[in-house]
This record gives sequence, C-alpha cells and structure tokens, in this order.
Amino acid sequence: MEKTASNINRRNFIKLSGITGAGLMVGLSLKGNNGLGQVANLSGELPAFNLTPFVMIEKSGTITIFNTSPEIGQGVFQSIPALIAEELEVSLDQVTIKQTGGEKQFGPMQFAGGSMSVRSNYTNLRKVGASAKEMLLTAASQQWNVPVAECRAEGGKILHSSGKSAGYGELVEAASKLEVPKSPKLKEPADFKLLGKNILRPDIPLKSSGKAIFGIDIAVPNMVYASVAHCPVFGSTLVSFDDTAAKKVKGVTRVETCERIIGKYKYPAVAVIADNYWAALQGRKALVIKWNHQGNETFNSKTYEQGLRNLAKKEGVVAHNQGDFDTTFKEAPLKLEAFYETPVVSHSPIEPMNCVANWTEGNKLEIWASTQVPGDIIDSFSKAYNVPDGNLKVNVLFNGGGFGRRLYNDYIHEAVQLTKKIGQPVKLIWTREDDTQNGPFRPMTFSAMKGALSTDGKAVAFQHKVIAPSLDASEKENYDKAKPDATMTEGISEQKYEIANMKNLYVYADSHIPYVAWRAVTSTTLAFAHECFIDEMAVKAKKDPMAFRLGMLTKESDTKNVLQKLKEVSNWDKPLPAGWGKGVAQYEFFAGQGGYVVMVSKKGTGVKIEKIYAVIDLGTVVNPDTVKAQVEGAAVMALTAAIKSGITFDKGQTVQTNYHNNQLVRFNEMPPVEVHILANGGSTIKGAGEPGLPPFAPALCNAIFAATGKRIRRLPFDINKV
Amino acid sequence: MAIYEININSKPYKVDVEPTMPLLWVIRDFVGLTGTKFGCGIAQCGACTVHLDGTPIRSCSFPVSAVGAKKITTIEGVSANVDHAIQKAWIELQVPQCGYCQSGQIMSAVALLKAKPKPTDADIDIAMQGNLCRCGTYQRIRSAIHRAAELI
Repeated sequence: MEKTASNINRRNFIKLSGITGAGLMVGLSLKGNNGLGQVANLSGELPAFNLTPFVMIEKSGTITIFNTSPEIGQGVFQSIPALIAEELEVSLDQVTIKQTGGEKQFGPMQFAGGSMSVRSNYTNLRKVGASAKEMLLTAASQQWNVPVAECRAEGGKILHSSGKSAGYGELVEAASKLEVPKSPKLKEPADFKLLGKNILRPDIPLKSSGKAIFGIDIAVPNMVYASVAHCPVFGSTLVSFDDTAAKKVKGVTRVETCERIIGKYKYPAVAVIADNYWAALQGRKALVIKWNHQGNETFNSKTYEQGLRNLAKKEGVVAHNQGDFDTTFKEAPLKLEAFYETPVVSHSPIEPMNCVANWTEGNKLEIWASTQVPGDIIDSFSKAYNVPDGNLKVNVLFNGGGFGRRLYNDYIHEAVQLTKKIGQPVKLIWTREDDTQNGPFRPMTFSAMKGALSTDGKAVAFQHKVIAPSLDASEKENYDKAKPDATMTEGISEQKYEIANMKNLYVYADSHIPYVAWRAVTSTTLAFAHECFIDEMAVKAKKDPMAFRLGMLTKESDTKNVLQKLKEVSNWDKPLPAGWGKGVAQYEFFAGQGGYVVMVSKKGTGVKIEKIYAVIDLGTVVNPDTVKAQVEGAAVMALTAAIKSGITFDKGQTVQTNYHNNQLVRFNEMPPVEVHILANGGSTIKGAGEPGLPPFAPALCNAIFAATGKRIRRLPFDINKV
Repeated sequence: MAIYEININSKPYKVDVEPTMPLLWVIRDFVGLTGTKFGCGIAQCGACTVHLDGTPIRSCSFPVSAVGAKKITTIEGVSANVDHAIQKAWIELQVPQCGYCQSGQIMSAVALLKAKPKPTDADIDIAMQGNLCRCGTYQRIRSAIHRAAELI
C-alpha cells in the first residue's frame, strides 16, 4: 500500500505543480487547449515585465492579469480581469488569469465580500489596463518614430496607420522603462468589447470537467491529514482526552490539541492526524474527550427566543430619529403594530471548511485555502504566529461556495497550529457535521414594528425596533452596548420611503454563540420585517401594495426605478387567476438595491410559487449573465432561509447536524426566476452578489397574504401548510 | 487492510485500504482524481456522485469493498475534451457558479440522458433532486439538460 499510495501522491503532486511546486497561485492558461484552460505553471523562466502590479507581459507575448478577488462563484474570475483587459485591448482568451494571495503590491482590496469586487475596482482596474496600453503605445511610437496619435491598440498589438504592427511582447521591455501615466484616458462605454457583454466565464469549462482546483483538492508532498473534534456544547473547556483507541486506528500517527479562533471566541479542539483522511476521521470518532460545559449545556433556542420577546419591552438604543415619531404615533387616527421573528441559519457551502498549511524552518508559512480574505490572512496571521514579512504565502483556490463563511479563518488557524506543532504539511478537513454544528451562524433578528397612517391612508409614522444579538459583539471583546450598532440596524433607516416621522431602535441581546455575516448580512432578516410591515400598512390604508409604496416615493430614486420596473415586468395591474396572489418587496442596503414580485397559488393546505420576477439596480453592469445567475441563486438561498428548518439549539448545542435535518431547497422545489437588470449609468455602481436576498422573503410572504389572507410573521414557515 | 483492484475511467488501479473506506476517499486520496467532491458524507448532497456500471451512486457512502468488478466512471471520465453534450450545454448556458457541486450534478445528468434521451421536466426533477447546489443553479441545470438533449 505504501508504494501505491506514494506513487499516486507523487503523480497528484505533479498534476498540481502549477499551484504547489512552483510556489505560485492558481494560474489559468487560456491559450490553446480550445480555450478551455488548464492549470499551468506560470513560474516563467522567460523575461517578464510588470507594467503595473496587475499586468505582466512576457517578451514571448504571454500576458498575465492578476485577479485580486477570490472566486466564490460570483464570477469575478472573469469580471475583474475583464476590467483590465477591456482597456488593455486584449480578449480574455489571450490572457492568463492569476489569483493573488494577499501580496502587498496588489493592495488592500484582496477579498470577496460586501458585493464589493466590481464596484470597488471598476475605475481603478480600468485605469490599470489603460495605463499599460498607453505605455505600449508610447513605446511603439518611439520605436517607429511616429506620433502616438497615429498608433492604436488592438488584440494585443500596437498598429500604426502605415500598416506596421508590433505585439505587446515585442514592446514590453521598452514600455516598462516608461513612467506609468497618472491619468490615462479611459474608453467610452460605447466602444466596450467586454464590459456590459455576456462574455463566457473562463472558469466554467474547468468547473464542468472536474478540473477546477478547490482548496480541498490540494496535495503537497509529505502531507498528513487532520480531523478535528470540537465540543458540541458552545463555550465548553477541555478537561482531558483519552486517545488510546484513536491511536489504534491504522494510519493514525498523532493526536494534538489546537484552538479554533473565531471573533472573540477561542474553542479548544483535539485533532487526529493520519496518513489518509478516512483514517483521521475514524481516529477522531474513537477519541474519548471530557469537556467542562461551564453551565452552557442548558442553553436552548426556545428560552433564548422568549428572552428576545421580553427584551422587546426595552426602549433600546436609538439608531435613527427624524421628525417626532412618539407624538405622531400617539395621535394618529390609524395605527398598527406587529412583531416579526427570523431564525438562525447556516452558510453551508457544499465544500466543507478545509485548509492545507505548511510550517517550515525559519518561520516560513504557506497556506492553501478556499478563502474570501487572503489580504486579511496575510495581515492577521503574520501577527498571530510571528511570521516575518515576506515569509507568509497564501494560495487562494476556487472557493466551493463562500456566502460569508469564508470571511472567517477559524479552520485556517487550526491547520496552521497543527502544522507548526508537527512540522509537516497538514490538510485539515471539517466534516459536514463540524460545519453544521459549530457555525458560525447568521443570527436571528426579531423586530417590533409600529406604523401610523393619516385618515386618507398616508404613512405618517414608522418604527422598526430590532431585538437581536450583535455581530460586532461576537467579533470583539470591548463591544459597547450603549452605542448604536449599525450592522444590526442595517438598511432600516435608509429606505427611500418618504415618511416624516421615524424612530428606529436596537435592543442588544447577550449571546455566547459565534454569529457572523451571512450573504447580505442583517438585511436578510430585517427586510422581512420591514417590507412585510409596509405591506400591512398598505392593507390598513386599503391601498394596493405597489401603489402604496410608489406613493411614498415622490422623488426620483433607484428604489422608485426598481419598483416601477417590477410593476412593468410582472404586469402588476393585470388580474391573476383565482386562488393566486402577488407580493412585492424591495430593499436598499450597503450592497445595493433589489426587489421582487412573487406570485403564488393556493395548493392544498399550502402554496406553490408560480413565478418570481426580480429586478436588480446596478448603475453599471460588467457581465449581465453573471448578474442574472447571482440573483437566481440569491432567490434560492433566500427561499431556503424562509422555508427550511434553519439552525436551532438545545442542551447547549446545535440540533441540526447535516443536510438531512438542515435542509436546502432542492432541485424540484426551484421556482422559475426571471431577472431584470437596471443599468442606466449613474454615479454609483452597486453590488450584484447580495441584493437578491433581502427582498425575497417579504415578497413571498406578501404574496401568500394576498392569496390566503394569512400574514406570516415568523420565519421559517412550512410552505405546504400556511 | 485489503488489496482492491478497481477500474476507474477504463484504467485499472490497485489500492490497499480498509474495506469500509468509502469509494470517495479511495478516488480522491489514493487514486488522486479530485473532480469527485466531498460534501456531506451521508449521501445527502450528491457532490460525490460517480457511475457504477453506468448507474449514479453516492461514493461517500459506498464502501470500496462493494465495488467488485464493476466499472467506475468519474467526472474525469465523462469526456476527454469537455465535449459531452451535457458539458457543452453547461458551458453554453453558463451553469456553474462556485462549481463545487457540478461534478456530481453532471454525473447525475449524464446518467439521466443515457436512460432518457428526451427527458421531461418531471424526469429531470426525479433525477436531479439528490444533488444539492447552494449557489442555486437549478434553473440553469434544467435548461442545460434540455439543451443537451437537443445536442445529442
């Protein structure tokens, strides 16, 4: 066996050498190979020149563009390089795309989060491409002794009006000696060849053939495997463990402790190391561990949620105050109150948490991981493990889903501590149970809503009070309960509805559960309460929900545009068949602006989703098809969060363990989604990855109210029994 | 430990492993084919789907000792040049997002088309409901399976 296994490992290593052996990041060569791409060794013996940190052109003509945003499924592997390629006048199949790993020269934006990638890079990276192009143009004009105005760039070449031409590779040495232009001229959108077009993503063929390399696929020589036991009861300490039986498992070599660090929490863990993963897992199951639960073993969701309801009586911290809410509400002729509840949910990317880490002599550390935050790893791990500058290398692989989970480095900490202890490269893989039971999770938010209307049905006062544990308090020790917590009141004071008197509040709830950002963060729960309650106000005002919303939007705004577009594409005013209902919702928050019209029909004791219309407002769009895919996926994720179990706690631990009891929406439950993009320019570019989530659940529940008269105020709910 | 001779993508492999070791880990850690993915370990997500004599199975819950002389096909064995009709349709309709579940999705879809060259929506629902996709690519998978049926 030894022989067979090591032979295979060596072959595996050779196959992956483009990533592991040459000490480089994922390289994707798009040249040849029918444009399908392959992982390539880009170490480059050939002379190469960096015209800017983001573009490398070799004398051979090979062009490399560095992508700073980790690819988590959102398409940045195409959309970010496209920003440079557009201005550089090359097509994407002429370039090699390399994922950066937090290296300082690539700047502070090396992460995937907040729907930030395209909007934060849109102008900067175009300038990068334009600068490189101007340098190549100048080099050619000097070489040919002609005015630069007579030269143009096209398809990786500089062309002169006389018919002379030179490839970028021929010009790059001279170009690299020129100064980088400070304010290069950018192309007019009308001349774009890539931006705004449905360009095929270069990672798709790899992902359709098993060739895409994710973190979990990395193998390096001399590597061992680790499976880590955590205490299922949150907040427990490690008393002792007996590894006698674990060490009897064939293939198990060592048992070591490590610490899972997430936010302010530090959880003890026991790792079983083996020469293959299955052995490590069997060994881990054979561990006998004694934990001290510290009183946390009685914690449960039911009691905690009742606590939140009780906390709703508190005034809380004022998040936003305009006009005079208290007096207006008190004196209003029509008023209503409602209480909304949402669940804790998991991220559950299908690729479990995993990391390969290798600590070598001289305090050198190399990490291979599916991660959203290579820049943060470089910063925080250098400090945490005293790795000198330049000694830490992070290799970012394709992420098998992010959704916010891979913004957090707990699993990477574990792998790093283990490799440091044993002096061998370690591949750590969490099981699905580890992922489901340990979190971190999106917290629940409860919302106490108040609204008041004038006699003619106009909204005059509005209040959204959030009662919830805090993401910031989970992140840091010195959380100040007396101060407003913008993350926990995200978006509730920024909706464009013109309501004169508004007072929004936050009541902090203590917690010992690790809570973190989930795709679209707190907006995913707050929008449910916010936009369902707006619907309740419309009903109270005896107005059509769409007309009621538009009536509160007299000024021009993205929100107004989104609603008007929804009205148009859904044929809102057209009567529906009997037994059907339609609902609308929108939400504007840090990531952008989206909205839905959902149509449902009564089906038995429940409802069936007949049709979903989505509108996302971007201002400017780089790849419309990718954006549509993001919104289609967001609708599915939001549907799961609305109708599947979510995460609950009992006896101090997570009740759910794996996909059988922490279910995701399956294929046969997917309703048809039609996505429309608003990209009419404008000064602000908005995000694509997250805005499709928050308005989905309220649009669905508003539709259910329209069809059945049943107002859903607590998620999750059973769609087959409403 | 025991020695198993198994046939994967028409190539013979010899591995010396525990009889209870799931085929998934044999394929990934011993044979070195990483296109087949680990997602749940309990046959709930379908990321580990491979074919056993043409029938889709969840390799995470299938012990290597049960393979016998049957032939295994993994995503790497679907085509040499990413040109199976399913793969062409996947590229044309830009199905994958993160892509992690897609090897399993494709293995289920390939088996479906073999059994039913012109599948209905109901056929697709049945064949594909064992494969989870957290990115939510289901709608595109459905369209791509219909498109692949045209391409064959």
